[in-house]
Amino acid sequence: MAVTAGVDTPTSTASPTDRGVTLDVRDLRMRYGSTDVLTGVSFTARRGEVLALLGPNGAGKTTTIEILEGFRMRSGGEVTVLGTDPARGDERWRSRLGVVLQSWRDHSRWRVRELLAHLGSFYAPYSTDRISRPWDTEELIQVVGLTQHADKKVGQLSGGQRRRVDVAIGIVGRPEVLFLDEPTAGFDPAARREFHDLVHRLTDIDDTTILLTTHDLDEAEKLADRILILAGGRIIASGSADELSRRISADAEVRWSQGGTRFVHSTSDATGFVRELFAQHGEDIADLEVRRASLEDTYMTLVRDHESGRADGATRAFEEVGR
Amino acid sequence: MSPLVVAARAGLNRGRIELRQSFTNAETLWGYLFPTVVLLVVMVFMRGAKVPGTEFSLGAQTLPSTLGMTVAFGGLVSMASILTVEREDGTLLRAKATPNGMFGYLISKITLVSGMTFVSVVLLLVPGLFLFDVLALDTVGAWLTLAWVMLVGMVATMPVGAVFGSLLSNPRNMGLIMLPMMGLIATSGIFYPITALPGWLQAVAQVFPIYWLGLGMRSVLLPEAMAAVEIGESWRHLETLLVLGGWAVAGLVLAPMVLRRMARRESGSSVAARREKAMQRVT
Repeated sequence: MAVTAGVDTPTSTASPTDRGVTLDVRDLRMRYGSTDVLTGVSFTARRGEVLALLGPNGAGKTTTIEILEGFRMRSGGEVTVLGTDPARGDERWRSRLGVVLQSWRDHSRWRVRELLAHLGSFYAPYSTDRISRPWDTEELIQVVGLTQHADKKVGQLSGGQRRRVDVAIGIVGRPEVLFLDEPTAGFDPAARREFHDLVHRLTDIDDTTILLTTHDLDEAEKLADRILILAGGRIIASGSADELSRRISADAEVRWSQGGTRFVHSTSDATGFVRELFAQHGEDIADLEVRRASLEDTYMTLVRDHESGRADGATRAFEEVGR
Repeated sequence: MSPLVVAARAGLNRGRIELRQSFTNAETLWGYLFPTVVLLVVMVFMRGAKVPGTEFSLGAQTLPSTLGMTVAFGGLVSMASILTVEREDGTLLRAKATPNGMFGYLISKITLVSGMTFVSVVLLLVPGLFLFDVLALDTVGAWLTLAWVMLVGMVATMPVGAVFGSLLSNPRNMGLIMLPMMGLIATSGIFYPITALPGWLQAVAQVFPIYWLGLGMRSVLLPEAMAAVEIGESWRHLETLLVLGGWAVAGLVLAPMVLRRMARRESGSSVAARREKAMQRVT
């Protein structure tokens, strides 16, 4: 595809959507001053897919999602969202996207129903044969579970209820692509669980592509069909939680004691190593323990290393097993 | 229906809803009533004083001037402060994430600020007419002049207010606008005839819209004879129109550029960063 700059030919922009590809990111680069935040991010997403962009704080997740939302200019690479470059997206393109923003104290005097009806009205001219826009206000209120609070002022809602309003605003135009940036930051466990249920319901109702960012592996596992691990400005591993676990668990840690001394050995063939161990030392071996590195362990190492400024180690761990 | 028409209608609707909200909220109600009451009390105390060289009540002359000031305040200060507050809290970003949302948002703010200004003018004008018998609004000409002075005044001040609002980094910096405003009000012949000021200050004041709005309102409500104490011994309607029109044109040219530049920078992380900053101040 040669859609680098200038004129978009209809064929080149239409083809990705035909194959059901809604997000297409190739070699995305972002540089602030002399700091490279993204050094070549590439991924695609299909219609109805839920993608989690997972990574430690400062890995470039927000930058990536904001470039896709059309809220930030990129330094390089090719990006298409619904077949259009976000940097040149028009209002019709905008009407097909949903962005879940973190509310703070905006619209505090508005009643929930009033606000959703108002924001929805902007989408009416963009209805198509396939998708009728906007979402019916009452139905939407019900979907996000705010029926009892529909006549309350937004400022009177609890934190969790406000986040439901944020989601409702994000989906009021029945988006084909929905962006959520750190949707559960600052949530207590109950609110987080409720929110996860809500996202699951959304994916059941509409064939929406969802891209969310999170620094929480558990959340990514719960919500996403596919996890993209972002570190050091690029995606170091991607796949379902299962696939990622299988890749990572190639390495295991064997611990044992022998004559009062403790030993630790890291190996990719734990069974073979232990067999050898017993063959050599037999009954001298005690306290045997074999532990496979879980996805979580590896990810935590990555986060720790990233935060202490040594991103390379864990990044390499992912790379090695990824090959 | 065209998307822009839909967005304009939604914007009008939003302005109407927010205007209604302003009457049921203690803070905004206070904003309507407090300045009105203070101004009326001040004018009652000034009732006995005379405009220099005449037998006319200084209080009665001040009332129309403060009406002009109210229009300028609405356009410049209210517009700027609403924009900075709503940029900080993310209202603007929501508009940006909505198709034609920024257009609708602008229409809504014009509607809201016009409505608020209109209400403030009425709140001051009606008791004023009862307090001062010498003020009259009984000719079609007077009503027409009132209408165009208000309209042109709003068009002259709102875009400039929007530019200020876009340039301020946060609502705590509103003082940067308020202080010069106070200085301008003091030199624009609102509370005392401008002719009492040194010539160079008169010249400075005549560059800005506040003086002309005060003058225009005086021409509406004061007897014709009172024109004699104004600069040039005339109400200078043509000059009023030219200066206010000049501000309107400048504002309308500048505002879209500045607003677009401001809107371009808005994103989830920029709102989050401001939230963090504001929170640090609170705690």
